[in-house]
Amino acid sequence: MSAVAEEFITEDGRKIGAVVMEMKNITLKFGGVVAIKDISFDIRQGEIRAIIGPNGAGKSSMLNVISGFYHPQEGEVWYKGARRPTMRPYQVAAQGIARTFQNIALFEGMSVLDNVMTGRLTHMKTNMFQQGLWYGKARAEEIENRQKAEEIIDFLEIQAIRKTPVGRLPYGLKKRVELARALAAEPSILLLDEPMAGMNVEEKEDMSRFILDVNDEFGTTIALIEHDMGVVMDLSDRVVVMDYGKKIGDGTPDEVRNNQNVIDAYLGVAHD
Amino acid sequence: MAQPSSAEGYPSVPSLLKRNAIQFAEKAAYREKEFGIWQTWSWSETEKEIENLALGLINMGVNRGDHIAIIGRNRPYLYWSMVAAQMAGAVPVPLYQDAVADEMAYVLGHCGARFVIASDQEQVDKVIEIQDELHQFEHMIYLDARGMRKYDHSHLHEYSHVQEQGYAARDELRPEMERRVAELDYDSKCVMLYTSGTTGKPKGVVLSNRNIIEAARSSAEFDKLRAGDEVLAYLPMAWVGDFIFSIGQAYWTGFCVNCPESAETLTTDLREIGPSYYFAPPRVFESLLTQVMIRMEDAGRFKRSMFHYFMSHAKKVGPSILDGKSVSMMDRLKYALGNMTIYGPLKDSLGFGRVRVGYTAGEAIGPEIFEFYRSLGINLKQLYGQTEASVFITVQPDGEVRADTVGVPAPGVELRIAENGEVFYRSPGAFVEYYKNPESTADTKDPEGWVATGDAGFIEEKSGHLRIIDRAKDVGQMADGRMFAPKYVENKLKFFPNVLEAVLFGAGRDKCIAFINIDLTAVGNWAERNNIAYASYQELAGHPQVLDTIQSHVEEVNASVAQDEMLSGCQIHRFLILHKELDADDGEMTRTRKVRRRIVEEKFEDLIDALYSGKAEQFTETEVTYEDGRKGSIKATLTLRDAKTVPLSAKVAAA
Repeated sequence: MSAVAEEFITEDGRKIGAVVMEMKNITLKFGGVVAIKDISFDIRQGEIRAIIGPNGAGKSSMLNVISGFYHPQEGEVWYKGARRPTMRPYQVAAQGIARTFQNIALFEGMSVLDNVMTGRLTHMKTNMFQQGLWYGKARAEEIENRQKAEEIIDFLEIQAIRKTPVGRLPYGLKKRVELARALAAEPSILLLDEPMAGMNVEEKEDMSRFILDVNDEFGTTIALIEHDMGVVMDLSDRVVVMDYGKKIGDGTPDEVRNNQNVIDAYLGVAHD
Repeated sequence: MAQPSSAEGYPSVPSLLKRNAIQFAEKAAYREKEFGIWQTWSWSETEKEIENLALGLINMGVNRGDHIAIIGRNRPYLYWSMVAAQMAGAVPVPLYQDAVADEMAYVLGHCGARFVIASDQEQVDKVIEIQDELHQFEHMIYLDARGMRKYDHSHLHEYSHVQEQGYAARDELRPEMERRVAELDYDSKCVMLYTSGTTGKPKGVVLSNRNIIEAARSSAEFDKLRAGDEVLAYLPMAWVGDFIFSIGQAYWTGFCVNCPESAETLTTDLREIGPSYYFAPPRVFESLLTQVMIRMEDAGRFKRSMFHYFMSHAKKVGPSILDGKSVSMMDRLKYALGNMTIYGPLKDSLGFGRVRVGYTAGEAIGPEIFEFYRSLGINLKQLYGQTEASVFITVQPDGEVRADTVGVPAPGVELRIAENGEVFYRSPGAFVEYYKNPESTADTKDPEGWVATGDAGFIEEKSGHLRIIDRAKDVGQMADGRMFAPKYVENKLKFFPNVLEAVLFGAGRDKCIAFINIDLTAVGNWAERNNIAYASYQELAGHPQVLDTIQSHVEEVNASVAQDEMLSGCQIHRFLILHKELDADDGEMTRTRKVRRRIVEEKFEDLIDALYSGKAEQFTETEVTYEDGRKGSIKATLTLRDAKTVPLSAKVAAA
């Protein structure tokens, strides 16, 4: 591994840690379509890392590579200083990487609490039969996990909808419940796929505050995809910019903002 | 009058805490729902928590007589802060948590608080924003650390750390704390509460231990409150009522104070706790009733007809049963059946299943709303009070509850009605002074201890109950010298769901007239059901059928006002429905939706003149301000109507 500084000071003077995940020359193809072409970037411990780019740039594909849903044809994913072998998504989840989805993927018929509890599954050791009997170890384990789930519910201020079936909630709250479920897994890296899509200004402000608070309170490393530039520039410590599957920029929000390639990709460039 | 120097040997709230920790030791003192579970603290645990905090405060340098500001929603920790402040010899000053930073700056500056105890980041941020204006401010203690890890912690301290440090230094500081507690007597300051200040700047009302403990004691005895009662603390901590209920009465009787999980979970929490003693302003009861009615509309036919059948029976006999009056055996049986099928389950789902005593106060409550709850068997009563009185001026005794009075003088309260109708009282609960404001103190409280309420009212001869008419400054005289009390009549009109707002004129005139605003939701709903098409408020307001309906309301009000000898002159002779809703943007109302009488009078002078001149129609043009600040105007020709009044002579003859 190339020598990287152990610490990195962000624009607002915050100290973030060493590299925890590194994407090395990732190329992902679907048949003849190249979704991601030779991209490398890293994620540091405790930072908020944004991936931005125009529609179809390959951002979600990138997130899916990190979460183990897609397997790149070329390139390597390094996690915590070791090369990660090809893994199924549940194995990745067990390693402490949790995610939310662009199109909410909750269990609509279940209550908020039950949805959050599913996020605790990776931490439960008893099997279905023990849990069905609700006795001894299974019971102690459920109580312990319920406690964790309640802490998350408290943290995200969704106490009032604890017992409400998710299907009855408005969109903005569903997004928050999804974040709660991801947090319940106590991830070390949290992947957020467009956490603020389709929200109004107030909901966006709330969500931004929660993301910052999660990062601050639990020290969770966050990688997020977002379209709202204002939000991205305010929230994130470092930004990767993608366009047509290629990386066209990487750095602090200020660096990225002044990067000519990025400006061209977003504003378009005259072809002459 | 001989003044006691303590209540049964307990001269302060900390001394009551000590008693409760021994007497009620393991009984629940506080509960708070957190992490989905009701967390409980017994009285002996509460004492330890409070002591540790008091030691911590002394450790941080709190001096005798300091003011400690407390800001946040109802949480046990903040109630403990109040008592801990007292144990450290300081005076707690709870602030309204929804106040904006500027409002907070005035109060914090005025009381000169060196220490602030705040609940969370939101409150801490507000204080940080204004701290440059606060010369005496030194330290802030916060409860919930969330979001504040990166803050400069040189003046910020976490609540639990303060407690830990206090505990660590207990050997050294305990004697000092005990000295300070021992110094507290019946006349030392117990708390300072800022009145919300609808007129001018807020004033700091200083209440002594005598005020609080006497008020708590006599009111607790009046309603037979006892250890084992449960209350839900959800009203602002800066409001005197909450201090009396959640500290005064709770410490006097040893009952349990329950704090909801958050403002949004209130209804669920209410239901889970099932308080036995409950307080709410009228609007809470109103909105609950509306919810029930809407849900019943959506219910199945069988359930709905059962609900209406038994509710009409409850209306007939419920209040009498509650008051212990004689009711026939058959009616009692039917009521019992209704209780099993309708009233019981309904009360339970509202969270009122165990309410023994419920109070409403603050403003007039609609008689129908009031009767609805009473007919269910909920002992809802009214009281009249203010901050300066440590709440209680008059209360309704069991069995003498009516919608139109506020009851008899509370135990220990003397009442006097001045020449101009203003209500004065003298009581052990009457405040010490307005902090740093001797002029206002002298204006309000005379040397003999009589306090002016600013409200006009009278005592009914038959029952001895007090009736509040209006703010004293709004009460005037008509041309022939009869009393003119606009709000009294306006309230009666506003009890009709169709009427949103009403303004009565008549001071100095020979008869009264009224402007009315219809309630667009209620009347609009009616219009929809009756296939009446309308495009705007203005169109609906001018519809002849709407006018007919409102006229019938006005005439009903006239009949009811005529019953009252003193106020019978306030019957409405003519009225109109305004072509626009009174709006704060146009300056016609305050932001808290109180009508600005003078402005309305000036602005619609042409309409008032037309009403008095007896015209049947009047054209008018009014300037309006849109929400984005643009101005426009509304033109309309209004129909002016005559309303039937009850002639006074006929009324006398009938009586």
